[in-house]
Amino acid sequence: MVQGIKDNLAPLHLHVPEPKFRPGDQADFSDIVVPEVDAISRPDEHTNPADIHALAYGLVRVLGDDNQAAGSWNPGLDADTLRLMLRKMLLLRAFDDRMFRAQRQGKTSFYMKSFGEEATSVATTMALHSDDMCFPSYRQQGILITRDYPLVDMMNQIYSNSGDRLKGRQLPIMYSAKDYGFFSISGNLTTQYPQAVGWAMASASRADTRISAVWCGDGSTAEGDFHSALTFAAVYNAPVIFQVVNNQWAISSFSGFAGSERTTFAARAIGYGIAGLRVDGNDALAVFAAMQWAANRARTNGGPTLIEYFTYRGEGHSTSDDPGAYRAAEEYALWPLGDPVTRLKDHLIAIGAWTNEQHDALILELSDHVKVIQKEAEQNGILGHGLHHPFETMFEDVFEEMPWHLKEQCEQMLEEQRDKFGPEWEAR
Amino acid sequence: MSEPATKTMNMIEAINSALDVMLGKDPEVVIMGEDVGYFGGVFRATAGLQKKHGKTRVFDTPISECGIIGVGVGMAAYGLRPVPEIQFADYIYPGLDQLVSEAARIRYRSANDFICPMTVRSPFGGGIFGGQTHSQSPESLFTHVCGIKTVIPATPYDAKGLLIAAIEDNDPVVFFEPKRIYNGPFSGYYDRPVEPWSKHEGSAVPEGYYRIDLGKAAVVREGEAVTVLTYGTMVHVVKAVVAEQGIDAEIIDLRTLLPLDIETIEASVKKTGRCMVVHEATRTSGFGAELAAQVQERCFYHLEAPVERVTGFDTPYPHSLEWAYFPGPVRLARAFDKIMKD
Repeated sequence: MVQGIKDNLAPLHLHVPEPKFRPGDQADFSDIVVPEVDAISRPDEHTNPADIHALAYGLVRVLGDDNQAAGSWNPGLDADTLRLMLRKMLLLRAFDDRMFRAQRQGKTSFYMKSFGEEATSVATTMALHSDDMCFPSYRQQGILITRDYPLVDMMNQIYSNSGDRLKGRQLPIMYSAKDYGFFSISGNLTTQYPQAVGWAMASASRADTRISAVWCGDGSTAEGDFHSALTFAAVYNAPVIFQVVNNQWAISSFSGFAGSERTTFAARAIGYGIAGLRVDGNDALAVFAAMQWAANRARTNGGPTLIEYFTYRGEGHSTSDDPGAYRAAEEYALWPLGDPVTRLKDHLIAIGAWTNEQHDALILELSDHVKVIQKEAEQNGILGHGLHHPFETMFEDVFEEMPWHLKEQCEQMLEEQRDKFGPEWEAR
Repeated sequence: MSEPATKTMNMIEAINSALDVMLGKDPEVVIMGEDVGYFGGVFRATAGLQKKHGKTRVFDTPISECGIIGVGVGMAAYGLRPVPEIQFADYIYPGLDQLVSEAARIRYRSANDFICPMTVRSPFGGGIFGGQTHSQSPESLFTHVCGIKTVIPATPYDAKGLLIAAIEDNDPVVFFEPKRIYNGPFSGYYDRPVEPWSKHEGSAVPEGYYRIDLGKAAVVREGEAVTVLTYGTMVHVVKAVVAEQGIDAEIIDLRTLLPLDIETIEASVKKTGRCMVVHEATRTSGFGAELAAQVQERCFYHLEAPVERVTGFDTPYPHSLEWAYFPGPVRLARAFDKIMKD
């Protein structure tokens, strides 16, 4: 017997969201509204956020069904820049494929692909200055690839081998590359949001010219850090760009568990009084244009922007889950916004700057390139095959100087290794 | 050469002086927190600092401890040296993930690519009728986390020197200020008149820059009969009770809980053969448990009695029954009786 029921009142109901399609269902995205290119034209970067609320509910698009770039958001990139963008996205895809396979071959513990979301890390980074600071989540390896970070260093990290700059301490893909404007990735979600605001506040307080950009997923907008960050950014008018990669899925939970049944993620900006843009995340030119708009705004003391990239996670969350267990099989094929690489390729072909033959040749070239680098990385070892950093490095960098209790524990660990491996190990 | 100018300061004035000195000495130091700017903080620790050093160096923040610490981590990544204030230690929990998973781990997880030279100041402890949300002593949550240093001063002189060392440290430091002794060294006899700091030698504070290295305890009373390991407010309570009871105790003010000054502890316990650990925080899994374990590992064959723990009870800090909760003179006297009997 439930306490407190009154006979004259209708019972309350608890709403637990449910995605439209589960395994075995026929996916149907006909209810997703895809507005025309330039349905809402590009405002001046210094427009009052209150005057552009519609952009938080619309969908910024540049590439039309005819594969042409059009409208006021068209960034007008030349063919060389477009080909570079395509190349980076294809390199990212080739890298992902190779590393996913390496995990399946038992060479490392974990991997995460960005298949279907390549534009949200590559086109965005191309719209930033190379010294702007990026605070990524875990699926933005495209930032490093766009900034020409050595692939071999990424692989060394994934293999946690003797060449790993992070000394084998972090889960694969949790890179850190300060010299490339890439903050150390945390496994705890959205912690990077207030950090990016702090970095931007510091930059502004020093009369610096650099801005920061931060990424998170749709699911992790539910973290308190997201809201703390937007509050601080609004309060101090911080030169930071918030990005939500809404790829519809947080492991097995659809975006409804972060509130998408009621509103858009871009609309979170409205309550904070900051600019919000909702963007076709599979349209690399729209993604570039939105980031460029937000960067111009931030760099000229116009304050923060929240951008939602409406996209789709084409594969599983990581190597550790099977999306076939929780979502309809052909969702990605039916996704109404297509594939970001295909759309950019089709645009380049449509403007006469690319051919299918060139495209196929580039895919082969990049695939071979990644294989060569992989061999180089594997010279430094793969996970669990001995070629790791020395044991005592486990105790380094907890503090700048090692305190006595860590020295004691380090000695204990080394004695354990002596017991385990005998005198040969001592002479290593 | 003349002696550096000293001034009689209470603990708030000493902390304010430390912050002032560091704001003047290092342009990367910034102070932020709830009410710390124009108003100067609810305990006045930052009074006058915004006016002197400017709004971009000392400023108010939204009421968001997660935001305050998270923004501090980002500022440190940029190259600043943030000194955020959490208004009460009881409010620190929304910022815990940013401290434990981020600030404490950044150096390690990035293999020195990024560091976090941030000092989080926060008033802690009870004895001020603060009830359960303005009285807690959460220090053992932080000593349990690898990558954070935990510092607790017990005098104005130590507060300034330790705070300067904490700010200059290149790792994150949690700096808990015992708010019961901000204005005077509390004896634990709550029904007696409060002594001002001016009668205590620890109130003679140099006006300029000096530092007290982290990781070094202070022997505040030498003795032969029993070693008392304590910190913060309880240093003064123990001193008063020892004087009252006529016990020849050696009282060690730890000052830094992590890294711990194990050499001073070990030498003292081996000398006295008895050890009592005293803190205001709750008992179970408190820092006293770590101290007791360290002492028995290192000094077992010198001990003439079991290590005694004197702590707060494992309840929330009660409002009306504060003095029944507080580990005051009665609880200490009973513990001394017990440890000296064996």
